[in-house]
Amino acid sequence: MSTISVIEGSMAVAQAVKACRPGVIAAYPISPQTHIVEFLSQFVADNEMDTKYVRVDAEFSAASAVYGSSATGVRSYTASSSQGLLLMSEVLYAMAGTRLPVVLTGVNRTVSAPITIQPDHQDTMALRDTGLIQLHVENSQEAYATHIQAFKLAEDHDILLPVMVCMDGWILTHSFEPVKLEDQEKVDEFLPPFVPKYRLDTKNPLTYGAYADDEVPEFRLMMHFAQERAKEKIEKIAREYEAKFGDYFGGLIDTYRCDDAEIVMVAMGSVIGTLKDAVDKLRKENIKVGVLKVRSYRPFPGEEILSAVKGAKMVAVLDKSLSVGQGGPLATDVKAALANKQAPPVLGCIAGMGGRDMSMVLIREIIEKSQKAITTGKIPDIEYIALKRQYLE
Amino acid sequence: MVLAERENLLAAGHRACPGCGAAIALRQILRALGRDTIVVSATGCVETFTSPYGMSAWEVPWIHSLFENSASVASGVHAALEFLREKSSVVVISGDGGTFDIGMGAMSGMFERKQNITYICYDNEAYMNTGVQGSSATPYGSSTTTTPAGKASFGKIQPKKDMPAIALAHDVDYVATASIAYPQDLMKKVAKTKEIYGPKYIQVHTPCTIGWGFDSSKTVEVGKLAVETGLVPIYEVEKGKPMVVKKVKNKKPVEEYLRFQTRFRHLLKEEQKDIANQIQAICDKNIERFGI
Repeated sequence: MSTISVIEGSMAVAQAVKACRPGVIAAYPISPQTHIVEFLSQFVADNEMDTKYVRVDAEFSAASAVYGSSATGVRSYTASSSQGLLLMSEVLYAMAGTRLPVVLTGVNRTVSAPITIQPDHQDTMALRDTGLIQLHVENSQEAYATHIQAFKLAEDHDILLPVMVCMDGWILTHSFEPVKLEDQEKVDEFLPPFVPKYRLDTKNPLTYGAYADDEVPEFRLMMHFAQERAKEKIEKIAREYEAKFGDYFGGLIDTYRCDDAEIVMVAMGSVIGTLKDAVDKLRKENIKVGVLKVRSYRPFPGEEILSAVKGAKMVAVLDKSLSVGQGGPLATDVKAALANKQAPPVLGCIAGMGGRDMSMVLIREIIEKSQKAITTGKIPDIEYIALKRQYLE
Repeated sequence: MVLAERENLLAAGHRACPGCGAAIALRQILRALGRDTIVVSATGCVETFTSPYGMSAWEVPWIHSLFENSASVASGVHAALEFLREKSSVVVISGDGGTFDIGMGAMSGMFERKQNITYICYDNEAYMNTGVQGSSATPYGSSTTTTPAGKASFGKIQPKKDMPAIALAHDVDYVATASIAYPQDLMKKVAKTKEIYGPKYIQVHTPCTIGWGFDSSKTVEVGKLAVETGLVPIYEVEKGKPMVVKKVKNKKPVEEYLRFQTRFRHLLKEEQKDIANQIQAICDKNIERFGI
């Protein structure tokens, strides 16, 4: 029987990882990822997991250790945040290029400077082009489910790419919510042991990480093709999870009251819950709004987004990060997905960076700006929500 | 000495330069290690010349990921083997740049974790793969492309970093230096690592014809001179046992070594005599300190 416990989001992740039976975990502490790796260390210390926990000297080494263990054919896991993810970045490019199916949690936190431990999406956005599959989650239950799905996805021989489950630091990792934990037996049925396609093995000596004279474009493209295949797999695995455990949080995307919506708000992560509440309130005022959750940021679900928003009058995209010199990365991707198509215009809004709270007041501001853009036909390049002008002086 | 493997585990046809010291070291190391070995390498000469895609020279499983993480990758390989209850040897083979400089933190972490991993540094005393730039393994007075000799420069102004001492400070189980000029000694030391559980460090002096500037037929001769002058001491420290040092009966003046290589030749000019004398002093100090 599954059990429902009121636990921290970090514990939900640790329980999911434990249920997936990784052979090797390597991690280095950074706020707000710490509780996840502390819980896992304790599970290993208490013999609740048959796992080798490699305590390392830096995030760079954490990523490198799971690189080595995954290449040796063992299910491997790591987690980090912010500066730690950036320190891993060189390894993550190589890991994806070497097609190693490591699962990692990207606990979203902003990047220095200025230094702060507040959450936003700046860190995982910096890893956008690594080749990692990136799945964003909305709440602890989805974090639990998505980690279990992530191993199945990463290790699929049609995919073989690292999968990063992105979750907002503090908001999710340190909040207590009721979480349904599944039976180990059922998780084992859903996620069988890892069968590596290749591995370091003295009985069959292979070379990993060869020098390429001429093969680079094809290798990079093959990663892209694997991500294209992952689009179908992400949805398929989410449906298999639903069939097994009864929970579905979306495949590549999820939509809420989008069918007749005039304004569709597009976002990722923990803000989705707030947006759904806001939609319910605004609907009572006869404002036709809906929410589109981007669950898979890479691969990017352009076609699914187009099909969900094509009847709307405005698409308002909320970005919790800023590509300096360009704008919100999510908005940029949505615009690219809708370009040259019969599609509504896109209003890019920067909101919630550095942990700034997304309240009902701010969501109302976004809706008002969207309505104004619809009536005037003038769409600003970027809207900055809840900007505190005094800091700009 | 009985060697586990007589066959050559580094296939012919790799892309090393003629007379490459590192290639000689690789053959000897793999011969001593045998087939039941997984090798992890950093980016560098060995990685480049052994691993062109589809034409790998490695007859043992081999992994390269980046420049500065071979020790950490090895830690993960070792943890995975422990999980699988398999017992193959895990051996890092990386150059001095990847060891002394950019990968030192990762290596320190691996030593501290006390995993059963052998770290072998092939030390050609500069960044040869990228065009002979100075590293912290580059010896005093040596001219490289980033420590060039010139009107106001005698080459590298700092002495070589003492990496074996740093390894020893981690209380690792075995530390040794070796040279490709003494293959039996090198292979004996590498074979010994298979008998000792824990982190181990071996530093192999591997002359580089291009970077040091000598004829490609003279690699072993240069390697020997480095030892015979006392500039490169050959020793081993097994935990709990006294240090064993390779003695040299007829020590040669360091000038013979310097004269052999273009990287030091500027020191033979009269105005650089002081620097040459200081290198002789380094040799004399080594001879005294190690009892060479």
